[in-house]
Amino acid sequence: MSEIALEAHHLYKVFGRSPQHAVKRLKAGETRTDVLDAGTAAVIDASFTVNRGEIFVIMGLSGSGKSTIIRMLNGLHDITDGEVIVGGDDIAKAAPAALRKIRRERISMVFQHFALLPHRTVAANVAYPLELQGVGKAERLARAEEILSLVGLSGWGDKLPSELSGGMQQRVGIARALAADTEILLMDEAFSALDPLIRREMQEQLVELQSKLQKTIVFITHDLNEAMFLGDRIAVMRDGRIVQIGTPEDILTDPANDYVEQFVQDVDRARVLTAANVMEPARPVVPDTAGPRTALRQMRDAYMSATYVVGRDRRLVGIVTDRDAVKLVRKGGSSLSGILKPVPQTVDEDEVLMNLFIPSVESPLPLAVTDAEGRLVGVIPRVTLLAALGPGPGATGELTIPVQPMPTTEIDQILAEEVR
Amino acid sequence: MEGFRIPLGEWVDDGLNWLLDNLEWFFTFLSNVIGALVDGLSTALIQTPIPVMIIVFALIAWLLRSWKLALGTALSFILIVGLDLWTPAMQTLALVLVAAIIAVLIAVPLGIWSARNDAVRAALKPVLDFMQTMPAFVYLIPAIMFFGIGVVPGIFATVIFALPPGVRLTELGIRGVDGETVEAAQAFGATPSQILRGVQLPLALPTIMAGINQLIMLALSMAVIAGMAGADGLGKMVVQGISSMDVPMGVESGLGIVLIAVFLDRCTAALAQPSPTSLLGLLEHVRQEKRKADAEEAASEASELVVAGPRRAPIA
Repeated sequence: MSEIALEAHHLYKVFGRSPQHAVKRLKAGETRTDVLDAGTAAVIDASFTVNRGEIFVIMGLSGSGKSTIIRMLNGLHDITDGEVIVGGDDIAKAAPAALRKIRRERISMVFQHFALLPHRTVAANVAYPLELQGVGKAERLARAEEILSLVGLSGWGDKLPSELSGGMQQRVGIARALAADTEILLMDEAFSALDPLIRREMQEQLVELQSKLQKTIVFITHDLNEAMFLGDRIAVMRDGRIVQIGTPEDILTDPANDYVEQFVQDVDRARVLTAANVMEPARPVVPDTAGPRTALRQMRDAYMSATYVVGRDRRLVGIVTDRDAVKLVRKGGSSLSGILKPVPQTVDEDEVLMNLFIPSVESPLPLAVTDAEGRLVGVIPRVTLLAALGPGPGATGELTIPVQPMPTTEIDQILAEEVR
Repeated sequence: MEGFRIPLGEWVDDGLNWLLDNLEWFFTFLSNVIGALVDGLSTALIQTPIPVMIIVFALIAWLLRSWKLALGTALSFILIVGLDLWTPAMQTLALVLVAAIIAVLIAVPLGIWSARNDAVRAALKPVLDFMQTMPAFVYLIPAIMFFGIGVVPGIFATVIFALPPGVRLTELGIRGVDGETVEAAQAFGATPSQILRGVQLPLALPTIMAGINQLIMLALSMAVIAGMAGADGLGKMVVQGISSMDVPMGVESGLGIVLIAVFLDRCTAALAQPSPTSLLGLLEHVRQEKRKADAEEAASEASELVVAGPRRAPIA
């Protein structure tokens, strides 16, 4: 089994009178508006691969061709030109019966407006794909009940879809797609018709389900925040073409063109960027074998009142404050271990910025970022955290350290002179 | 434009004559079958004792709609008996039912076909317009040519006249089914016939039933014209009333048609929108309650099992 679940090569979809002719002209380099007389080009030269077990998000505004693309992946729209390979079979060349078999066994779909059968109960809706696969009634209803409990709807099987809220109906839609037990799941704006709060909840539930089930998901959305939250990789579409494919961080920090850059301006960066994306090299840091003088020198150079102390394997062991270090030097001590204090706050490198604000406020030092083994990999000063929220790729780069205030004794002196 | 005259009527006449010469066996066959159907049904309706029939009609009304309609139905039919119209009323009912059944059997498949095929739709549209607007009397002329005087030409004219709303509303209902829902069935690998049976027809059912209701109403409105062709029943009495200027006869038989029309309309309208006050609705409700009660019982048993299970057994 290869790692690739689905491939699309040079897909074209033209609606209108002479689609083939329009494709020929598009291939020759004419633009979408040039070929309007031959037909409306909804998808132009789209190529991408979807890996097994990833969530691949296709993102674009309405009219960008994303809904057309997803319908070409399971043959609901016939393919004007190009090929879609699913498990070795080309969807474009499949005969109707073969195509139905592929849809029954390999690709299922979740729809924007749920598209449940209103005259059937919830359980019968979930069992529908199994019914089409020819599974017996008792077995398919039992499976439906299992899957309903997986999406948190156990006990609702006897209800009609109209008795459920929108979010619950879409969970039925997801349960129905899961019931088919296909490897690939197509989700067409699955959460767009839901209220923002419910949408958030459903996104989190999808991520949770995905961690359990490891399906290959192609997710369509016009909401960049949703794309960033769900996507392992994102394809950004504009006017029928894919303009960039990359991870959420790639797209945010390295937009391929002005369009993508404009687009990502509105992204809630705090929910996309992780600690690892914005952290800086850990600056006031000393090994636990060092003496208090080394520690004080480090702190002075970094304008900090405390420093992190790491073990031999860079594992974080604690912090040392300047006052304690000064006392230790006066006492003539040489080992830092006596004055070590526990680390006030650490965060995991995969944590999104959203969850760093409170730790950052509570930490007297720049926030320590650790990896899975507890090693110190970097720090995040508060200004860095603030700057990371602003637009532009440069925001996460080097920062100037604010000018230090003058010592208070000097200022007091000046003020005292003035009064006199 | 001297001498310019398109002999359209003669062409049609020639065509009909050709049909009559060459397909006479077919018309005789149709005439026999339909005649036997109507005769059988009207004989059955008439032979059954009147009180039994009234109870049956009232039960049907209750089953489909409500006890109020059942009461109204019983009163209407008692009124019909009181006007001494029972036999012609049952003959008219038999004629309308047979005509409606034939019309539905033709209209629904045609409607499905035209919903799935734009060419069929384009071809059917003018034909349906023609059928609906052509004065219904005109159908009687060839009908009588083909089938002779009697009930069969009446049915023939009635079917043609009543067909269009059945076809149109079936098509409308199927085309009106939410596209995404049909797409969903396709996306899960349903065949076209599975989509038709499992999705399109059930979802289009209210509209199709509304079409059937319209179709039955039109069929009933043709009762008088069928009477002109010689079909026995209330229609024939109306025609006699007109020709002899007999006001009492015209009013009474006209009222009989109205009463049957109201009964059929309310019952078939209830088919489209099942009402919770109907006997069927009540039965469904009782069944649901029972299912719920069963589920709760099972749940409470399960929880008792947990409480009494060895893990939860109180430590003595």
